[in-house]
Amino acid sequence: MSLFAHQVRADQLIFWRGRESAVFVFLFPVLLFLLLSTVYSGEFEGRPLTDYLVPSLITYGVANTTFGGLAIMLVIRREAGVLKRIRATPLPAATFLGATLCSTLLVFSLQAVAIMLLGRLLYDWHFPAEWPSLLLGFALGALCFAGMGFGAAALIRSAEGASAVVNVLVLPMAFLSGGFGPTRDFPQFLQTIADLLPLTYLVEIVQAAVYDGEPIWEEPVAVLVLLAWGVAGSLIAWRRFGWEPRER
Amino acid sequence: MAAVDVRGLRKSYGGQEAVRGITFALAEGEVFCLLGPNGAGKTTTIEILEGYRTRDAGDVSVLGLDPQRRDRALRERIGVVLQHSESWANVTVTETLRIFAGYYRRPRDVDEVVALVGLDAKRDARVKTLSGGQKRRLDLALALVGDPDLIFLDEPTTGFDPQARRNAWELVRGLRALGKTILLTTHYLDEAQQLADRVAVLRDGVIVSEGTPSELMASSRTEIRYRENGAVKVIATDEPTRLLHELTSRAVAEGRELEELEVRRSSLEDVYLDLLDDTPE
Ligand SMILES: Nc1ncnc2c1ncn2[C@@H]1O[C@H](COP(=O)(O)OP(=O)(O)OP(=O)(O)O)[C@@H](O)[C@H]1O
Ligand SMILES: [Mg+2]
Repeated sequence: MSLFAHQVRADQLIFWRGRESAVFVFLFPVLLFLLLSTVYSGEFEGRPLTDYLVPSLITYGVANTTFGGLAIMLVIRREAGVLKRIRATPLPAATFLGATLCSTLLVFSLQAVAIMLLGRLLYDWHFPAEWPSLLLGFALGALCFAGMGFGAAALIRSAEGASAVVNVLVLPMAFLSGGFGPTRDFPQFLQTIADLLPLTYLVEIVQAAVYDGEPIWEEPVAVLVLLAWGVAGSLIAWRRFGWEPRER
Repeated sequence: MAAVDVRGLRKSYGGQEAVRGITFALAEGEVFCLLGPNGAGKTTTIEILEGYRTRDAGDVSVLGLDPQRRDRALRERIGVVLQHSESWANVTVTETLRIFAGYYRRPRDVDEVVALVGLDAKRDARVKTLSGGQKRRLDLALALVGDPDLIFLDEPTTGFDPQARRNAWELVRGLRALGKTILLTTHYLDEAQQLADRVAVLRDGVIVSEGTPSELMASSRTEIRYRENGAVKVIATDEPTRLLHELTSRAVAEGRELEELEVRRSSLEDVYLDLLDDTPE
């Protein structure tokens, strides 16, 4: 078994064993989907509401899991000295970071599949005609938000700070970007803020695919904004990421 | 070739010099102990050798390589116990060891390592349920699982009960018998005396004394104590036989008893404390 596969397996074991993190990171978006689809019903833009909720809650999962979950996990491990300890072993840094990314994407994929399956079983949800763009959007979003996750981990100084920062960022961002429901009736200043947030553009790509049958390449601005955020996060990580505890 | 060779090593943290030009070497198969009070620069030195920190000046060679370059080949051959570190709370002892074993080309058998550090009874316990000393034993196991040639132990027995400390000493002796080179730091003088082939005493970033434990002890003197007219008298001497003879013959001639008479050689600890006292700031 290659070293990379070994490390992904290790990361998976560690992730699912940590009950709290598994519940928060994996289950929370799934539960939120169940909650929202139970309390709201009816149609949106002439389609069943599940057509809105399934992809939207998956975009929330992108922010929650590949950004928030990743950043918190890295900071906690760094502050506990786990990263420092691993740094003395022959495991190359690139293998470690690549496996971390891969393991996070795996958790996100399972989460997305869970939401789609529940949508299918409970509400007879089906893929839209433009399903390849939907999946491409999720993949692009997951990668870009993971880049931001690495960047955030490099900036956050303490383990307590990590969950605070992530909680303050992710939920309001999902709310403002339309991840939990349409925002067109929001006051203008909230929509202005939303225009600055990367999740808004992921939601845009996804909804264009569902409601307008528009392929992802017809949303070049949204794609570029997402990429810019992802690259910015990765650059910060490249320059600032540390393996040793910042505070002790 | 020396397993570790350090010459004129210097390191400062933002203007504050923590290591101020130290020189020492470890022969292959040697157990070398760094002693010194808090803040003396032990961890700084050891972490430079492990490749965590860059040096400001001096030459350092570890197994013939420069640790600053962080060669993977070097990391294959060293084992590390950090002064502080944790591992994943929710996986078990053997799972943690298996994960680490997977990082090395030729790891040791995990069960063997578990037995070596005396964690058999806890092999399937989650790391978060281990006691402080048991976690420290896991740290030690993680340092050994790659079957290293050179082992760095930064205060490895801190938090051990006396029995566990004895076991750790046995373990270190066993590793030495296998020809491993070991650099350890400790605050326990008896530990240095028990384990080390050579000791260096570090203070304020400078080595103030270096030698075998018995060489360090050579400066130790014999103390004669007794009580006279209610007051305790302490005489330190290099000629205990003659002095004792004088004292006792006088007392016998005067028909007195030397109350609470005690003759003792000062321990490494006394020598160490003297050393730290005598050295000017
Ligand atoms: N990362 C750091 N940043 C700034 N100063 C540091 C850093 N690490 C160590 N120092 C300082 O360098 C000096 C030497 O510290 P070091 O940790 O090497 O001592 P030590 O001999 O290991 O002490 P102890 O016995 O307490 O572990 C201390 O004055 C410490 O405050
Ligand atoms: Mg130290």
